[in-house]
Amino acid sequence: MNRIFYIAVLAVLLVLPLILDGTYYTNLASQILIAAIFAMSLNLLVGYAGLTSLGHAGYLGLAAYISSWLTVKLGWNHASTAAIAIMGTTVIAGIFGLIALRATGISFLMITLAFGQILWGLAYRWASVTGGDNGISGIARPHFFGLDLGEASYFYYFTLFIFLLVWIAIAILVRSPFGATIRGTKDQPRRMSALGFNVWLIRWITFTACGFFGSIGGIMYVYYHQFISPHSLSLANSAEMLLMVIAGGAGTLAGPVIGAALVMLLKNVASQYVDHWVTLLGLVFIFIVMFIPGGIVAGFMRIKNAINTPK
Amino acid sequence: MSFWLIQSLNSLALGGVLFTLAAGFSLIFGLMRIANLSHGAYFMLGAYVGLSVIEAGHSFYLAILAAAIAIGLLGCIVEWLILRRLAGNSLSQVLATLGVAFVIADCSLWFWGGDPRPVAAPSLLSGGVQIFGQTFPLYRIALVIFSIFIALGLWLLLEKTKLGVMIRASVDDRQMAQGIGVPATKLFSIVFCLGAALAGVGGIAAAPILSVYPGLDADMLPIALVVVILGGLGSLMGAFIGSFLIGFIYSFGQALFPDLAYIILFLPMLIILAVRPRGLFGRITA
Amino acid sequence: MSPILEVSDLSKSFGGLKVTKGVNLTVNPGERHLLIGPNGAGKTTLFNLIAGDLASDSGSIKLNGKNITKLTTAKRAQLDLARTYQILTLFGKDNLISNVKLALLGKMSLRWKCWGAFLTECALDEKALDILEKVGLGPKANLPLEQTSYGEKRRLEIAMALAQNPTILLLDEPLAGLSTEERETITTLLQGINRNITILMIEHDMAVALAFADRVTLLHYGEVITSGTRQEVVNDPRTKEIYLGH
Repeated sequence: MNRIFYIAVLAVLLVLPLILDGTYYTNLASQILIAAIFAMSLNLLVGYAGLTSLGHAGYLGLAAYISSWLTVKLGWNHASTAAIAIMGTTVIAGIFGLIALRATGISFLMITLAFGQILWGLAYRWASVTGGDNGISGIARPHFFGLDLGEASYFYYFTLFIFLLVWIAIAILVRSPFGATIRGTKDQPRRMSALGFNVWLIRWITFTACGFFGSIGGIMYVYYHQFISPHSLSLANSAEMLLMVIAGGAGTLAGPVIGAALVMLLKNVASQYVDHWVTLLGLVFIFIVMFIPGGIVAGFMRIKNAINTPK
Repeated sequence: MSFWLIQSLNSLALGGVLFTLAAGFSLIFGLMRIANLSHGAYFMLGAYVGLSVIEAGHSFYLAILAAAIAIGLLGCIVEWLILRRLAGNSLSQVLATLGVAFVIADCSLWFWGGDPRPVAAPSLLSGGVQIFGQTFPLYRIALVIFSIFIALGLWLLLEKTKLGVMIRASVDDRQMAQGIGVPATKLFSIVFCLGAALAGVGGIAAAPILSVYPGLDADMLPIALVVVILGGLGSLMGAFIGSFLIGFIYSFGQALFPDLAYIILFLPMLIILAVRPRGLFGRITA
Repeated sequence: MSPILEVSDLSKSFGGLKVTKGVNLTVNPGERHLLIGPNGAGKTTLFNLIAGDLASDSGSIKLNGKNITKLTTAKRAQLDLARTYQILTLFGKDNLISNVKLALLGKMSLRWKCWGAFLTECALDEKALDILEKVGLGPKANLPLEQTSYGEKRRLEIAMALAQNPTILLLDEPLAGLSTEERETITTLLQGINRNITILMIEHDMAVALAFADRVTLLHYGEVITSGTRQEVVNDPRTKEIYLGH
């Protein structure tokens, strides 16, 4: 997609709170950006490395619980809790990767599902630490350069800033030589080995990076909601994230963002008009899987090419 | 002593429930290489359908039949309409079943509401029975016997009928089976319907113990996965042994280490995946 | 001169089936060594064992004197072994030059670089184009793979292997499924490969292969039946028996 498009989108994003009618929509925009961070991080694994995971919400949970526990129970400042949460989650992701990558295909999917469920079970049962069903609440939003992020549009700009950082980091990664090798392991793992690449190591690094970026999403999530509970780690949530990636277009940079927007808009806007937006989401997803497997981005490109092709 | 006996019965009952779930999943995966992520939803929907039948004044037994037919039919439709068109693309099929799970879960919420719905055991089977001076809930005993009947039925189907032979051959070596003229497409439909129907039956049969509530599907699916990985994909024996093994681990785990019970559930699966990816009795590596 | 590849008493079984039985094979530097045998003889299996895709049950493999029997495929590639596959394993969604660039990356530390653009990496672009020129695909460098013919894809397969800068090249039926014209093109290409690259090749097209080969090894049911110069093997009564008997 060309530069002009990206600049236009960026411009819109920058002035969004000024255009939007009220804090509800500004908050929604923040939520979309946070969902997009999760989707982009998952996309690294699913879209680029070709490893489908159903445990991604686990990273949301890990980062959110670690940072909120440290903030609320120990009273540490946001910079340290965020750093520790991100580091901790990334390390745990690395350990998960060591186990999960012993398998491929469906087994891999099931192991990631299991990990997600184990974390969910921990959040639910280890009530003394996690607060069980009640979760941890009362998490204050940080102050960013003196600005109180309790204000919706300030929080939005903070989120936008983080989102752009993540987006740029991932864009650089996938366009780099290493990024090309990740994609290679998805297409032809056997050939990659024969060419001298350490396929396992490439996948493990990607797996861990997925956890790293996911943890950033987790921090943003808990700052936005100022609350974390086991529900956020549910299988349904992991599935939703996968939905975002696939529906938007796995293996593209714009896809996960579009997918995140689709799901969040359905959840928050369509739900006001359509009671059963989940059914709608499910049907849309099935439709995309059946007829536009490359997701919305692929569908869009096809239309674009069809228009551009001289008859 | 009574603790052990009661827990053992609970384990067996849970194992029986898990078997109806795991058997279908394992067969579907073994034959079609589809990890049916909507399997938990079929279980839950079966319970809801059965509930409605009972609330309409009919017997529990009719409810079980209704669940079997309704969910079996649903499975047929899903297979024909969606999965068949994605043949050859495993990932797409799995994703499609995920979408179906979402739809079923939400529609269930739509029709039956958000409250947990208890289901009463049929009057014949409610109440307790005295064995060795200990009272055991009759329904759980009935559930165990029921699941054994289903296991026997499936075993007879797979071992003694022509259909069963074709299914087993296709699970073992799909290309070879197709090469000798086994009608793959028809077989897929039958097995998928059967698997779905089994899950539906399991749902209503388990309802007097588990109740039925939104989220039951997401609760049951991971456990079913643990069972089939542990027991081995594509193996009925594996589903049987795995179900009861997990039944025991979970029931005793719940009673002895309530905080960790859920996690204990996954450990056997992770160990098996690391040590013997094929599972205890599996014929295929996932 | 010490051999570049030494396979000693290599064996492999699948369940009860012995697919490779005590194979001994020696390839000297610069040699063009042909591996022949009827279908099912175990030639590709032997390649997979040598390249590391399969682990042997017993026996050893030495590359340039170094024992590589326990090494992974990737590590063997790092030791300058390259192979092509009978069934094409190209990166279908990319164009030709991207395919070759990826092949070049395999042994470069550049492959770990997480920034900078792969697409415009100048050092890679030049080298990749060079290699494509060598196999006659220079003008098609920017074409997506799906727009190339089967013959061109087979040439790309060889280009990828050459990109690895190997000292020994394993070619698995490089001429399979090609038209007469394409066969000539590839044969010329193979003949033009510098002698500092040793070639071990499986091929069924006897006319071409025999003309190309210095030494030949005949494999049947996983066993080496005979091995020697082209003349020796052709004249060996066992060769005639195996081929004419079918």
